Amino acid sequence: MLQGIAFYVLAAVTVIGGLLVVTARNPVHSVLWLILTFFSAAGLFVLLGAEFLAMLLVVVYVGAVAVLFLFVVMMLDVDFVRLREGFAKYLPLAVIVAGVLLAEMVMISLVVAQGGAVAASTGPAAPRPEATNVEAIGRVLYTDYVYIFQAAGIVLLIAMIGAIVLTLRHKPNIKRQDVSRQVGRDRKKAMEIKSVPTGAGVKPEDLV
Amino acid sequence: MVVTLQHYLAVAAILFTLGVFGIFVNRKNVIIILMSIELILLSVNINFVAFSAYLNEVSGQVMAMFVLTVAAAEAAVGLAILVTFFRNRGDIAVDHASVMKG
Repeated sequence: MLQGIAFYVLAAVTVIGGLLVVTARNPVHSVLWLILTFFSAAGLFVLLGAEFLAMLLVVVYVGAVAVLFLFVVMMLDVDFVRLREGFAKYLPLAVIVAGVLLAEMVMISLVVAQGGAVAASTGPAAPRPEATNVEAIGRVLYTDYVYIFQAAGIVLLIAMIGAIVLTLRHKPNIKRQDVSRQVGRDRKKAMEIKSVPTGAGVKPEDLV
Repeated sequence: MVVTLQHYLAVAAILFTLGVFGIFVNRKNVIIILMSIELILLSVNINFVAFSAYLNEVSGQVMAMFVLTVAAAEAAVGLAILVTFFRNRGDIAVDHASVMKG
């Protein structure tokens, strides 16, 4: 009973948050609705018994991805009103496509849930009742899925390098420290002895 | 009120549809399109975790973690491309995105 109420509240918040993400006028509000959506999806994960993934969702999405979105939205000075042009024009097509897609997916999932291997299952339960969720994930993540785990690490590394390469730029007019030039500078390059005739003085052009 | 697998699959289907809907209606705004992609990946994650829970098999949650990884990488690279595009053009209208061709 309590689980049912929790599910319906969280599912409703998730869906409404998702709807507001795509329809909000201000992208900053969109990001905030996205955060709400991820939070309630994390709640759904907790209901399913996947606590570790729920915490991961909050940390990675709310803590990193949503903040990154927020940074970019606020940093770029974009005329968002002009970007909303065509919202009403594309709306009918979008509603038709989305409706067809939704009907198809709901029918497929009903069939799968009633006739597939999952039909006999009673409800969410821990795969190994004696192990916690984190322990159960850890046991397979570092054994059966260790290569995919490494591949995920490489994906993150490449994404990091890619993001740095794309956004890093050197401004041409800025003086930078050039260590090799600095270290390679010796007396012969740095100074010059000029003999000045007595009484003639030093002219400015001699100093260059 | 017994919550069955169908309930979770329905939520995931609605969220996926909302993501596709968002890509359609916000054609010009790349930021919203990226957020819609995040919604789609979230719905995939809900499916993975729901099946994992109802089949008593933890590997679905491991797969959801990898989806999460790829989603984070995609958001980082996508936003980096967006920032570069904005620097070069001064706006982020997708219609002009073909100027990025080398």
